[in-house]
Amino acid sequence: MTILYGLLAEFADADDLIAAAADATREGLAVDAYAPFPVEGLPEALGFTRNRMPLICFLGGVAGGVATYALQWYSAVIDYPINVGGRPLDSWPAFVPPTLAVVILGAAIATLVGMLAANGLPRLRHPLFEVREFDLATRNRFFLCLRLDAAGSDAERARGFLQGRPALKTWEVPL
Amino acid sequence: MPVQHPPVSRNIGVLTAGWRYATITDKISDLVLTRPSTWRWWLLFAATFAGTVIFFGATSYLFVEGVGIWGVDIPVAWGYAIGNFVWWIGIGHAGTFISAILYLLRQKWRTSINRFAEAMTLFAAGIAGLFPILHLGRPWFFYWLIPYPNVMNVWPQWRSPLVWDFFAIGTYLIVSLLFWYVGLIPDLATLRDRAATPFKRAAYGLFALGWRGEARHWARYEHAYLLLAGLATPLVVMVHSVVSLDFAIGNTPGYHSTIFPPYFVAGALFSGFAMVLSLAIPLRRAFGLEDFITRRHLEYAAMVLLATSWVVIYSYAAEMFTSFYSGDEFEIAMTVDRWKGAYAPVYWTMMFFNVVVPQLIWFRRMRRSVAALFVVSIVVNVGMWMERFLIVVTSLHRDFMPSAWGMFIPTRWDWIFLFGSIAFFVWLFLMFLRLLPAIAVAEMRLLIRESAEEGA
Repeated sequence: MTILYGLLAEFADADDLIAAAADATREGLAVDAYAPFPVEGLPEALGFTRNRMPLICFLGGVAGGVATYALQWYSAVIDYPINVGGRPLDSWPAFVPPTLAVVILGAAIATLVGMLAANGLPRLRHPLFEVREFDLATRNRFFLCLRLDAAGSDAERARGFLQGRPALKTWEVPL
Repeated sequence: MPVQHPPVSRNIGVLTAGWRYATITDKISDLVLTRPSTWRWWLLFAATFAGTVIFFGATSYLFVEGVGIWGVDIPVAWGYAIGNFVWWIGIGHAGTFISAILYLLRQKWRTSINRFAEAMTLFAAGIAGLFPILHLGRPWFFYWLIPYPNVMNVWPQWRSPLVWDFFAIGTYLIVSLLFWYVGLIPDLATLRDRAATPFKRAAYGLFALGWRGEARHWARYEHAYLLLAGLATPLVVMVHSVVSLDFAIGNTPGYHSTIFPPYFVAGALFSGFAMVLSLAIPLRRAFGLEDFITRRHLEYAAMVLLATSWVVIYSYAAEMFTSFYSGDEFEIAMTVDRWKGAYAPVYWTMMFFNVVVPQLIWFRRMRRSVAALFVVSIVVNVGMWMERFLIVVTSLHRDFMPSAWGMFIPTRWDWIFLFGSIAFFVWLFLMFLRLLPAIAVAEMRLLIRESAEEGA
């Protein structure tokens, strides 16, 4: 018997997918949901209510800002001090514009990299890409995948769950 | 009427009725994937490509000969190059304003114009970034602005606005690129899944990074997009403020003014929205996108143009008032010189273009006439270029001592660099239209769902 990645079901409408995803999550099945645009309420239906993006963004900004100010301070106060008419070496107002710029830069880069890393991207090969009709997941169709690749998954139970759902079509996706 | 499943869009002004997820996806992605290039596109492509080649050829000549090929000299050491720089970076601002600030404000009319406006931003800011480098006497040493461990044992001068400028513009370019790219990822996946040839599939697939549209991915994606919008918002204000400090930190009459940062930002949005209209009007017509970029969009953009024109007018007035109120004879002489001096014809043309012409938008007939808006937008673009030119040149050519006065007269090369950069910009934009979806498809699908639910 081939090991399955999961059972894939195609829906015509976002609301059917939300309902199916919520029920499957409630029944304790491992489930992924695919949509061509961010559907309101779908992540919540999967029990996904919090993510770390704001924290990653904040840390990136802090790192960028601290590093840039520290660099300016080190170069102007320690490594290459120039006395211009007794003015303070740590002339912080002049150091603000580069610091602010790199706060934003650090936060933006951390946000993008963090988002991709948390999503497991880039990933150019994926079992679902072997299903030809899965192309429609980026066009107009909504897909539910009941995952069977973990140890102890019950394929029969997943098949039973899909019975009576308004799915247009279902596939067994090999790993 | 009950909501149909799958939903069909209703007419909400910024989107016409009758569009579905599938039809809107096919319409926008097929512009890239299957639509053959028309002879008009090829003609414009060839013309702008020729201009691009001339621009880079002129750049090579500049590197060989030096900045003496331009009309710049002492006292007017900043000529067209710096004027062009300020103009282009200003144009870039509207794209970030539309994609970031209007996103945070939940403006629906942003959805179908944000993608090409961001592309405009990216290209304009990139071209802007070239000019200060070209303007360096030794452009091959531009990287000395970067703090890096070097054998010369010196650091950048952190107290100089030119170093701030480098950081602000570098950040702006990178953040605009990231923001644009994040927005593109789901649409690149759409193109990957709809491409007919293996090469296209592989090319778009590589850049789509394996995007599948999983719900948790979307949740993180939306959060990241919102955060990037929040990060880009202060950048809109910051970048042109820092550019203005290049002038305002110096004590040259006409430069040394606290109004400069807001004045520059307002002018940036003003010229940026003019450029959005100049690009959107031909774009919607040439590609049949009137259903998505509706008259409502053009009207809203025109209203922003009108509003920013008044901020610009206020800035002109405040600048004149301050120069007389200061009692400083050099400031006053500079202001009077703008009115009556050698560059007065440019000044009065600019006043007419930037102050009088935009007021046509008060009239509903003008606001709803596509042709009139196009003409106004071009006029404002020209007017704003004149403003940048005047800021740079008039203060320098009459500063303090009459013995140090001089004139700036542009040479042939000044004009070649100005028009060459415009050709390069249009060429980049044409390439963008041919290779990437000009409208954010995933966001349009969401808009269809929202429009269908709104009326139900």
